[in-house]
Amino acid sequence: MPETKILIGYASCGIAAGASDVERALRSTMDEHGIDTIIRRVGCVGMCHNEPIVELIDEKGHYTYGDLEAKDAVKIVTEHLLGGTPYEDKLIISPEKQYDYFTKQKKIVLRNSGVIDPEDIEDYIASGGYEGLKKALEVGSDDVVEEIKKSKLRGRGGAGFPTGLKWQFARDAKADSKYVICNADEGDPGAFMDRSVLEGDPHAVLEGMIICAFAVGADKGYIYCRAEYPLAIRRLEIGIRQAEEKGFLGDNILGSEHSFRIIIKEGAGAFVCGEETALMHSIEGGRGMPRPRPPFPAQKGLFGKPTNINNVETLANIPYILREGAEKYTECGTERSGGTKVFALAGKVKRGGLVEVPIGTPLKDIIYGIGDGIEGDREFKAVQLGGPSGGCLPAEYLDTPVDYETLTKAGAIMGSGGMIVMDEMDCMVNVAHYFLDFTQKESCGKCTFCRVGTKRMLEILERFTHGNGTLDDITTLETLASHIKAYSLCGLGQTAPNPVLTTLRYFQDEYLAHIDEGRCPAKVCRDLITFTITDTCVGCGLCMYECSVDAISGEKRSKHVIDQDECISCGACGEVCPVSAVEVL
Amino acid sequence: MEDENFNEDSLNELLNDYPPEKSSLIPILQASQDKYGYLPRPVMKTIAKYLSIPVSTVHGVSTFYAQFRFEPIGKHVVKVCHGTACHVKGADKINETIESKIGVKSGETTEDGLFTLERVACIGCCSLAPVIMVDGTAHGNLDRKKVKKVIQSYREGE
Repeated sequence: MPETKILIGYASCGIAAGASDVERALRSTMDEHGIDTIIRRVGCVGMCHNEPIVELIDEKGHYTYGDLEAKDAVKIVTEHLLGGTPYEDKLIISPEKQYDYFTKQKKIVLRNSGVIDPEDIEDYIASGGYEGLKKALEVGSDDVVEEIKKSKLRGRGGAGFPTGLKWQFARDAKADSKYVICNADEGDPGAFMDRSVLEGDPHAVLEGMIICAFAVGADKGYIYCRAEYPLAIRRLEIGIRQAEEKGFLGDNILGSEHSFRIIIKEGAGAFVCGEETALMHSIEGGRGMPRPRPPFPAQKGLFGKPTNINNVETLANIPYILREGAEKYTECGTERSGGTKVFALAGKVKRGGLVEVPIGTPLKDIIYGIGDGIEGDREFKAVQLGGPSGGCLPAEYLDTPVDYETLTKAGAIMGSGGMIVMDEMDCMVNVAHYFLDFTQKESCGKCTFCRVGTKRMLEILERFTHGNGTLDDITTLETLASHIKAYSLCGLGQTAPNPVLTTLRYFQDEYLAHIDEGRCPAKVCRDLITFTITDTCVGCGLCMYECSVDAISGEKRSKHVIDQDECISCGACGEVCPVSAVEVL
Repeated sequence: MEDENFNEDSLNELLNDYPPEKSSLIPILQASQDKYGYLPRPVMKTIAKYLSIPVSTVHGVSTFYAQFRFEPIGKHVVKVCHGTACHVKGADKINETIESKIGVKSGETTEDGLFTLERVACIGCCSLAPVIMVDGTAHGNLDRKKVKKVIQSYREGE
């Protein structure tokens, strides 16, 4: 009979939602009643929309509770733990109750996340951890590379290069020492897959790196991780120490000839460092600027030595492929791409979180099947894939399967996995401006087209949002976009115009409304909207109190008025109005 | 600007943890910023000397990365997330509300030295958007009212 235990989601998102308050309440109530059930902090289970989450495991099975507050934690202890009856109010999953958020997913990368204690290597080993490494050492490095090739695993960081082939190049390079780098500089706004994997299952990434190092013949590895992910860094440090103690890292790993060490390097906040050559410059202590390729990192990379760089999610797939075999891995996926992809589903979707689906799953199945559709049942407008390098796809493309080729053809990219859903209240010109503003600021400045071109494009988009654009501006945008794509050295510049190009392609009407009519159909662009108070107003004065620029006046219990010269269109009045008397025109 | 709090001995102690080679530069800058809250000029000069590289290189590298600051910061650092999910869920409104509540713009520090307001690209808590992070603690699912309360709670904690 399994012993009763309680798991509490303790990734960054769970903590932000209040996991520590819940844990405190659990512990103090258990103390009061003299119970000493084990409580374990686990990573992200992926149901971010239900955080904080607690899972209770007893002899009857698994019970998942969500949307918890401290008072619910008390009930879980008194009713379920002591009384033996599940606390129905906040129960999401039980042996009798399935949750289609999970049943529609396929978990390979996230298999351990939210299940095992990420700070305890024994938990990882008990779930089959480091078996992949043992297998790799047994079959030899040639067979490892072949197996990865057979798995059709492709880079999950965005570009989608076949991983096995990449390993082959690094393996073939002749040198006295080689490096393996794990790219954990997850910089796309709206993407948090890698953070969750690192926080929830750090050993999977470490094991992936060790296998990779064995396959390509590297003796030293770096993990380049965003400084914004302190919890991920801490768990990696703990993981490395534990793996060294167990002999999975260090000299003569598990008695073999293979020796390997891992060092963590913290990024310092530069989006361009996600690009491999920029990342290597950053590790070397310089400004993170890209350089021309060839030579490719596999020939001449970090400190001039052959280097293999893979992203976090790519590496987290490796132990599974080795342990279970490429054949099993390719049971899901498409002909050209094996396995699953993790997406960070967020934005105007009812159930946001981390979702893992077989490559080739249609967008609709993710947004409506797993995400349960749009918040407030509003109209779907677009889904943004691939962050600042990707694009926005409209409703007609909801049947598109998520795979590298199809998405690229549609103008978006698979990217690292950010999937932001937008509804009728989102302005596509504003969204294009948002992304370009991001890439323009993050451009390292090396290539003129990227540095100056994105600035000029941004100025045009700014004019549109102010209602000052012309039709010629659209042609200029397209010309600039094609030049920036053609004459930029790295992926940042080459893909920077994508959000503008896809919105122009699929939402041209919206651009024209801004240009021809000076109108923002989604009522987002502040210069193009006005706020007025209708006769419904009861004169409560809340709006007047809320207005930060004192633009509202009126007597108590009589209709208030907005001074249009003072109003900055921030919308605060409408948000506090109890009778919805504020109208946006 | 010479900083009166800067103590050469304590910096040397910090430097001794790192091998004097170029690849130590960013970790040293990070550790120095942790120690002083920002990078005072004399600190950068001492780092340059320790690594035998020009001060201009230290300056060039430190100004390249968004993480490094060259002015002292407030007691509480308020980071407003402007990731995509936060953007479509009203990050601008949250930013605006904080600006009017504490009376400074993004990138500035309040006169009483209590708050520094910063914009950040994404802190990866997208499902709780809009989100802010104060001194490393994330606060999610905000609206104007909630964010005012959050700021107030830090003010009252004084």
